[in-house]
Amino acid sequence: MQVFKAAEVPIEWEEHYVGKEIDPRTQSFLTWESLESVRRNKVGLKGPMATPIGKGHRSLNLTLRKELNLYANVRPCYSLPGYKTRYDDVNLITIRENTEGEYSGLEHQVVRGVVESLKIITRQASLRVAEYAFHYAKSHGRERVSAIHKANIMQKTDGLFLKCCREVAENYPEIKYEEVVIDNCCMMLVKNPALFDVLVMPNLYGDIISDLCAGLIGGLGLTPSCNIGEGGIALAEAVHGSAPDIAGKNLANPTALMLSAVTMLRHLELYDKAEKIQNAILNTIAEGKYRTADLGGTSSTSDFTKAIIDHL
Amino acid sequence: MASQIVRRVLRARASEIFAAQSATNPSSARVFSCFDRSLSSSAASGSHLIRATLFPGDGIGPEIAESVKQVFKAADVPIEWEEHYVGQEVDPRTQSFLTWESLESVRRNKVGLKGPMATPIGKGHRSLNLTLRKELNLYANVRPCYSLPGYKTRYDDVNLITIRENTEGEYSGLEHQVVRGVVESLKIITRQASLRVAEYAFHYAKTHGRDRVSAIHKANIMQKTDGLFLKCCREVAEKYPEIKYEEVVIDNCCMMLVKNPALFDVLVMPNLYGDIISDLCAGLIGGLGLTPSCNIGEGGIALAEAVHGSAPDIAGKNLANPTALMLSAVTMLRHLELHDKADRIQNAILNTIAEGKYRTADLGGSSSTTDFTKAIIDHL
Repeated sequence: MQVFKAAEVPIEWEEHYVGKEIDPRTQSFLTWESLESVRRNKVGLKGPMATPIGKGHRSLNLTLRKELNLYANVRPCYSLPGYKTRYDDVNLITIRENTEGEYSGLEHQVVRGVVESLKIITRQASLRVAEYAFHYAKSHGRERVSAIHKANIMQKTDGLFLKCCREVAENYPEIKYEEVVIDNCCMMLVKNPALFDVLVMPNLYGDIISDLCAGLIGGLGLTPSCNIGEGGIALAEAVHGSAPDIAGKNLANPTALMLSAVTMLRHLELYDKAEKIQNAILNTIAEGKYRTADLGGTSSTSDFTKAIIDHL
Repeated sequence: MASQIVRRVLRARASEIFAAQSATNPSSARVFSCFDRSLSSSAASGSHLIRATLFPGDGIGPEIAESVKQVFKAADVPIEWEEHYVGQEVDPRTQSFLTWESLESVRRNKVGLKGPMATPIGKGHRSLNLTLRKELNLYANVRPCYSLPGYKTRYDDVNLITIRENTEGEYSGLEHQVVRGVVESLKIITRQASLRVAEYAFHYAKTHGRDRVSAIHKANIMQKTDGLFLKCCREVAEKYPEIKYEEVVIDNCCMMLVKNPALFDVLVMPNLYGDIISDLCAGLIGGLGLTPSCNIGEGGIALAEAVHGSAPDIAGKNLANPTALMLSAVTMLRHLELHDKADRIQNAILNTIAEGKYRTADLGGSSSTTDFTKAIIDHL
């Protein structure tokens, strides 16, 4: 928030916290007011939330996803100059279908010792995420969209997903479209990630690939993420955990949340502000003088933040 | 006198029959449990030749199979190959291009080596790999992945084995359309299959001196299915207290693998995750052209295979890299407990690649298949 104020970004923050009790209207710790606030504002930024275990309620992330109809998870992954990993040339975006697929939560025991889980793919959800992927590619000047699948084995389900992607691809003839099998995709990613541009995938593969790509650039502490919902809602979030062990000690790395906020700005088409802040962040990391512990440095959160403001 | 001769003959016949029976009678093999080949291997370690089925496969298959045969002959490996080819017509008994005789041959010999097979598309029959898997009950796919010294990739310290459940999970092939535009696919996990592959994983870890077994899952989301898989792994882990057991969520696992693969030792997983992770690990060490693989079946069957494709574009041109098939054959030798031969051949292969003088095109060199093979033989 300090960085935004320093950069004079025209955003007014409406803060909401997760309650301690379950709100019966949402069946979750998130209150109805919180959800209404996002629906009204259309944009939001979310920090890490710990889901309390075993209370028989829906996970917080799941609640947000269902209530706000967040159908696509967008994760831009690019190598950060100055933070060296084994890969220098990663520059891709993973777009993951976020509502159905293998994560429908529909499991049951058939007989003792035999369990089934349903993977659901619908035309509607597949078209929706494919549309977003191509729209994103067009508005961000990307050349290629690759659909990741396993349709040689799961012919009907992934087959339907691919069919929808192909239909949408025809509406965007200027963007190249290709289909890659997931095991090949993983192999290519670890050998040569520069081969990929925009990736669109059903839920499970998306989960795996987006975390794989986060690993390629340095981990979840540096990866921005944004959830797109029906009606143009964009909820940017930091995908790392809440790290309770270092909470309150001024040690945390705010990069992921800040880059996510930048993604939010781009969604709002405030491109210059987004560029300004993103460059400030990248330059600070590249300079190497101020780095938080997880990046191998010794700066505190506030020092790091101040360094970014100085770079604006 | 006559009775003595008769007795001697009978004894010889009996031991012959017994040795033959233990190989052909599946129930007696099961008595020894899936992994214990002590009787057969002791019968074979003398002057006996072990019969192994060989499927050279399509495309570059026959050339690389030839390389393997030459190297094995040069190393004096006591294996007698029984070659089988995929037919051009569907055999009604197997509903596939693989003949009944081929399958029986593997069942009888208990070991086999398979080259790449191209599945002809769209003829309405079962894929060849699927047929082998179902008919021979190949329940575990084992892929040892270790960085090859001399072939530099971004990773130097990969040394892990992926063990993938190969019969159920997401690949059960049970899909259907619910209504127009809505399709369902069933992922099945059973206690029996999960226990079976977990048993194999821990047994493998023990016999190969590995420290740790990690079960890969997504049980936080798929609580019942992956939950059952984990439950079975935990049960088996209790029987092997000397081996560390841990559980890793699949997305974390992928991230850790690309950041620091040395963290992993033996990985055991259900079908889909196994497919993804084993190919990811193959990518870490240089690709499918270098990766060995072995399928374990009920009754102690081991079918080693090269997992790359049949590469029809370079078939017959003496350009193919036989490394994957050869390392798979080495895995087969280890299964047969012929560890010295296995080490000898493996070291020859690694030294040849490390030396760098003879490398096939896919590794960035310009040697032909035959030159590469000859270099390995020279290194024995």
